[in-house]
Amino acid sequence: MATLRTTNNAADVGKSKWDRVQEMDEFRLLLLAKREFVIPTTVFFVVYYFALPVLVGYAPEFMSKRVLGPVNLAYLFALSQFFVAWGIAYAYVRVARKFDKFGAHILETLKREGYDENQGGKRGL
Amino acid sequence: MHLDMTLVLFLSFIAVTLGITAWASRRSGSSASFFAANRQITAWQNGVAVAGDYMSAASFLGIAGLIAFFGYDGFMYSVGWLVAYLTVLLIVAEPLRNAGKYTMADVLAYRLNPRPVRAMASLSTLTVSTFYMIAQMVGAGALVTLLLKGSHISYTAAVTGVGILMIVYVVFGGMLATTWVQIIKAVLLIAGTILLSILVLAHFHFSLPEFFQAISQVSYHAPDGKLIVKDFMTPGLRFKPPYGPLELISLGMALIFGTAGLPHILVRFYTVPDAKTARHSVVWAMAIIGSFYIMTTFLGFGAATIVGRDFIAKNGGTNMSAPLLAKAIAGDVFFAFISAIAFATILAVVAGLTISASTSFAHDVWTNVIHRGVERAPGEERMVARVAAFVVGAIAIAIAIVLGPTANVAFLVALAFAVAASANLPVIVFSIYWKRFNTTGAVCGLAFGLLASILLILIGPSVMGIDAVTVFGAARHPIQHAPIFPLENPGLLSIPIGFAGALLGTFLGAKDLHSVQRFEELEVRANTGLGSEKAIAH
Repeated sequence: MATLRTTNNAADVGKSKWDRVQEMDEFRLLLLAKREFVIPTTVFFVVYYFALPVLVGYAPEFMSKRVLGPVNLAYLFALSQFFVAWGIAYAYVRVARKFDKFGAHILETLKREGYDENQGGKRGL
Repeated sequence: MHLDMTLVLFLSFIAVTLGITAWASRRSGSSASFFAANRQITAWQNGVAVAGDYMSAASFLGIAGLIAFFGYDGFMYSVGWLVAYLTVLLIVAEPLRNAGKYTMADVLAYRLNPRPVRAMASLSTLTVSTFYMIAQMVGAGALVTLLLKGSHISYTAAVTGVGILMIVYVVFGGMLATTWVQIIKAVLLIAGTILLSILVLAHFHFSLPEFFQAISQVSYHAPDGKLIVKDFMTPGLRFKPPYGPLELISLGMALIFGTAGLPHILVRFYTVPDAKTARHSVVWAMAIIGSFYIMTTFLGFGAATIVGRDFIAKNGGTNMSAPLLAKAIAGDVFFAFISAIAFATILAVVAGLTISASTSFAHDVWTNVIHRGVERAPGEERMVARVAAFVVGAIAIAIAIVLGPTANVAFLVALAFAVAASANLPVIVFSIYWKRFNTTGAVCGLAFGLLASILLILIGPSVMGIDAVTVFGAARHPIQHAPIFPLENPGLLSIPIGFAGALLGTFLGAKDLHSVQRFEELEVRANTGLGSEKAIAH
């Protein structure tokens, strides 16, 4: 639910729709939720990806160790990158459903308060 | 026999795509339809088209060849291409869709001073697109002459033909035709790759252990005639110390940070109705791109074990690995099929590059920089884009012909990715996420990233090198001097320089209240889709 801290009559404040969204608690929560997912995930995939060229480049003997018949660690680690990337994409799509709900709710609130979504892109109503 | 077959397949692909262009031309009556296919492309369609735009002949033929010759180190190339899409998915695609209209520069111009920012962003877009295009065209010419060996099609004729087709797709069919050309090509490419993989597995009696056993004992002859047996699973056949590992890291950086800055990939997200569809289309693209690059295992190692390095070297070199593999396991008809796919791949990629370059010229330079955002007559922007597509295409044809089939152009692809990663990505990310960012920062970031990439390529081993007297013409290094910068991929150094330029410019430039205010708008718009460009119903 949106918490309405100001009067919900748009016309009397003369505030732009952008300012109105910026001050919604729900919008702050949306930004926070996105940040909480995107930043750690990005750090993780970047570190995991660059571990491959670093290990292969600087520890080739270790990475050449055979683990599954003739298949070595280097190949398995490279292959794992594909599945990790797909896994992250799946996780993001799931989390993003929540973001979409937040977004839709914010737009609904705006509409209820009498803002017109399609009016201009500029500041002011 | 296979020659006729190959020609028939080439011609059928051309016929089908021209049919689509004719169909699309009747529907591209407005700017939104010409530049963004009315924003009505669905998630799966755009996902397949993104994959089509991305998987160039360099991927299909190049990586298969690298694996066939260098084993595991070739496969290393495959990995970064998929992981790169996480940057697109998590950081760029959705805000870009919500904030922009037709080009990458739209996002920057939303909150920054539009004229300088658009001029620089367009310069960078045109640099990336034309260099990438020239690399593709030279490759196309060489490849078509090789695939159609025995026919009387010369390199010049092949380059001109490919160039004219890409111009026709874009000028008459706009984004809608270009999108469908990508989709058809991607479907063909995946079908061919799956078929080839199954045939390789069948050769090893559908036994993975047998397949990997063969990979661990690949034999070929050294130049001096000695027989060599190597485990092709072992890293280090190509990337050797001292600079090998750094080269790998640098290449990885260019892919991971560059993909999300490639103009022809970014414009694809304007063709879908909203940010959610953009997100789902990235996931579709990742499914296809990932499957394809995993299957390069079968293509590359299959060529190494079944065809062999010796035979490939004598019959056209690394790039012919996949077609020769097709011929070895399934005969001439399949060779023709794989050749036609390679041809479709090249055509689709150059068409995608042409439309992104001409859109940027028409929308950024012509309408917004020169005429301050006013279209003087209805349809002017579209008209200018068509002319630009023609000019860009003609220039690419001319340069590719002058360079000739033996020119070493692989570095142009490295350059395109380096510019995308070092110039475009830093300013896109800062525009979307950093409140304090300003116009000076954007101009400096773009300029530093662009210059650093070009300079480091010029003093690197792609351009500088000392050749033996037996190397002739275009294959020689343009500057006969030992390279000053040791890496072929400049990303390791140029990406930090691009980011540093953007930071430095921001702090040296004046605090910009307008930019900060517009940032708050952008933040709302990027995260909620409020006020974003809508799909257009017929």
